[in-house]
Amino acid sequence: MQFSGRRRKVITSPQVELYGQALQFYGQPPLENMSLSEFESFAVDRLKLLKTIENLGVSYVKLSDDYKRKLDNESRNLNFPYRPDAVPDDRKSQVGPSEYEKRRKDHISHFILRLAYCQTEDLRRWFIQQEVDLFRYRFNGLQPKQKVEFLHKNNLQYDTISVEEKKTLQDKLVNSSHNVSGITVEDQDFYKVPFQDALDLVRTRKVYLKAGYVYIPHQDIVAIVLNDFRTRLSKALALTARSLPAVHSDERLQPLLNHLSHAYVGQDYSIQKNVGKISLEQIDSLSVKSFPLCMRQLHQALRDSHHLRHGGRMQYGLFLKGIGLSLEQALQFWRSEFIRGKVDADKFDKAYAYGIRHMFGKEGKRADYTPYSCMKVILSNLPSQGDHHGCPFRHSDPELLKQKLQFYKVSPSGISQILELVKGMHYQLACQKYFELTHSIEEASFSLNHPNQYFIESQRVLGGGKDIKREVGTPQRSQENSAARGSTTDREAAAAANAAKDLPEMTEDLDSFFQDA
Amino acid sequence: MPSSGYDAACLPDLLPLYYRRLFPFAQYHRWLNYGGVQKNYFQNREFSFTLKDDIYVRYQSFSTQTELEKEMLKMNPYKIDVGAIYSHRPNQHNTVKSGTFQALEKELVFDIDMTDYDDVRSCCSAAEICSKCWTLMTIAVHILDRALRDDFGFQHLLWVYSGRRGVHCWVCDEAARKLSVAARSAVAEYLSLVKGGDETVKKVVLTDPLHPFIRESLAVVERYFPQYALHEQEILSRKESVDKVLALVPEDILFLFQCCIYEGNKAVIRSLCLQATAKKGQHFEKEIMLQYCYPRLDVNVSKGVNHLLKSPFSVHPKTGRISVPMDLEELDTFDPLAVPTIRSATVLNARVVCCEKENEKDAAERRKIRDYKRTSLAKYVKYFDQFLDGLALSWKGELLKKSDLEKDF
Repeated sequence: MQFSGRRRKVITSPQVELYGQALQFYGQPPLENMSLSEFESFAVDRLKLLKTIENLGVSYVKLSDDYKRKLDNESRNLNFPYRPDAVPDDRKSQVGPSEYEKRRKDHISHFILRLAYCQTEDLRRWFIQQEVDLFRYRFNGLQPKQKVEFLHKNNLQYDTISVEEKKTLQDKLVNSSHNVSGITVEDQDFYKVPFQDALDLVRTRKVYLKAGYVYIPHQDIVAIVLNDFRTRLSKALALTARSLPAVHSDERLQPLLNHLSHAYVGQDYSIQKNVGKISLEQIDSLSVKSFPLCMRQLHQALRDSHHLRHGGRMQYGLFLKGIGLSLEQALQFWRSEFIRGKVDADKFDKAYAYGIRHMFGKEGKRADYTPYSCMKVILSNLPSQGDHHGCPFRHSDPELLKQKLQFYKVSPSGISQILELVKGMHYQLACQKYFELTHSIEEASFSLNHPNQYFIESQRVLGGGKDIKREVGTPQRSQENSAARGSTTDREAAAAANAAKDLPEMTEDLDSFFQDA
Repeated sequence: MPSSGYDAACLPDLLPLYYRRLFPFAQYHRWLNYGGVQKNYFQNREFSFTLKDDIYVRYQSFSTQTELEKEMLKMNPYKIDVGAIYSHRPNQHNTVKSGTFQALEKELVFDIDMTDYDDVRSCCSAAEICSKCWTLMTIAVHILDRALRDDFGFQHLLWVYSGRRGVHCWVCDEAARKLSVAARSAVAEYLSLVKGGDETVKKVVLTDPLHPFIRESLAVVERYFPQYALHEQEILSRKESVDKVLALVPEDILFLFQCCIYEGNKAVIRSLCLQATAKKGQHFEKEIMLQYCYPRLDVNVSKGVNHLLKSPFSVHPKTGRISVPMDLEELDTFDPLAVPTIRSATVLNARVVCCEKENEKDAAERRKIRDYKRTSLAKYVKYFDQFLDGLALSWKGELLKKSDLEKDF
């Protein structure tokens, strides 16, 4: 991609072929000149779209009606393609940008974000996840004929099985999947796909697997396509990372790309600006007052059994790091608790101390691990027998959760509100409700997405609006370090700063969106 | 687990004997070299050793079988773990440009640990095992072996007793070694049915339709369930254990059960089970059987390409038992408590060697026969040989292909 300052070149070449389909694998990078301002605005808009996708994915079941509707709206507002059957014809009279221009924007913005998000494992993982979800939503919107067209255009050739084989396997095929009936088997082609190309179906056991091949009806080919998309994107990002030095040497681009990659993270609570402000003696009472339920549970389990398994140590240990425990404090904390159990001092130093130092970036590849966000706690590393980590709203039996909330003196009406939210899979909202009930406030002024955020907000509420610790990150907050302000101002400032809120209402301009921490 | 007089203090003396005389280096190298089809496969493999006083060293690697032997004799490791094949020799990883030293391939591995079943076994807990709960491992091996072969198409599976409280599986097919992290995790999740920690009471939930994999696994569990759960673990005999079972039964059936169980009438329970499941969508008796018996895997062990796992034929320092491969033909009669220990193996060997000295056999002749043949380790090494023969067929084809390409006749 060439950048030629602010001069804008008019595109006259037959790009119609390039953007003939609404959906693409982003195999070819764009080959045109564009202005820097368009470059920036495209990138920012796509980032907003991906952030919406991330948030919707936690609050709604993917591809549910609500999810699709909201994503449709967002795509429309940001001028991205949202109706895959529109024809890319410039001359069609439409208000706003044409379908062609939307597809072009989609194409270019994807490649710009690749530059920003190829640099680290975390960034890549995030970017791939959102792009895959976006692709899924769009592929789902295609008509069956368009889906077949897409497959052929993109060289996904998988073999079908013979009619005889289908008959022999009929029972097994029907029993392997909800949406495969006897009729499906008779009417549709079944494809034999190597299991490595259909991992999502294998993982959830939604397909018949024999001798290393999965048998997929034509109607379900989307999972395969998604997998393929994910793999291609992953490889492409690895390649992109290698050509980064050349891109970074262009001074116009580097600051923008840096801003883009920091913006996704928002607050990751990795920078400890309040180390040592907490003493170990405070932890017990803090766990009751200001810890989110997941951490309170872990702390309790630790005190009870004087031990936590690896998953629990990671989740809780990193959280403690985030609230300001220093390495020395952390070592003392874990050591004194473990010693009360079956572990003697020697064994602790040999087996567990290393892990704690590792968490603080003092061992191994010296990565300074960031405390887990709610997303991470909910979605990854499922707890199993003997574990206490995870998100209680997600991973506990509703009955046990209810008992626990009763034990923690939450009112019966509050408990049923929480359980309703849990039933609707709104785990973060449930935790937020728990916050509101335990802090006796009407409505939380923030949108919860991180356990350390819960802690900070809790401390703020309990301190009467005064900041006990200086905030990291968003500009509005860092100005609020004087005495108590009215709660409405807090709320407005927080709402403005929080990118996760309802996006159509967001009117912030580019600068404040990207202001550095 | 009965200690049978084992004391870790014997290790400094017995380990050298074990490594000098009994550890099957030739077979071990034959395995990890995989026929030499891929260059530097053995040289780029990571080993880690735990030495005396818990000193842990990673990124060990060796150029040849001889070097491996020499180093092991020199360092006398208490524990040996096998890791991944890297892009460069692990023992030179510090000289490699940061970011380019990568784990590339490794066998797909599974680790089944008895402690993960503590909530459903009454005879033992934590690190203890006995013949009653060992059945859980037998069930696990049957189920997973079938699934890995029939469903995933893998052929070269090495099941190994860990030496203390579980079993490991090494899937050595080429396709398995090349699997990505995502693929490994998908395989492990496909094989997982028991989900949830202490906070979850009901860990198995089945919905219609029942996937063929679940049916096959249930068939195995049902074979063992009456003898194992009802007879040996006696889950329906004592009040606390009965209550645990009842916690897994849906409320509307519960009251029926409670009457019968407290009268100890097992036949009535069976017929109620059958009646109740006539109701569509209810699978609670299957769910109970699975919760009590279905294999519990640690997904994290299987996910990582660079994960280090205890090596076959290494000694377990806490029990002295040798990590031996398991012959699946004799799986149902496998007794973990009868597995050779480092003491029994080396002592037996010493006795035999003594006797032969008296017979004035040719010294060189004696040495030619690798000592393990004269110990209880013999049958395990023989089984390992058979496994390797099967594996060798797969790389013979590869070598032929390669030499054809290079026109190397």
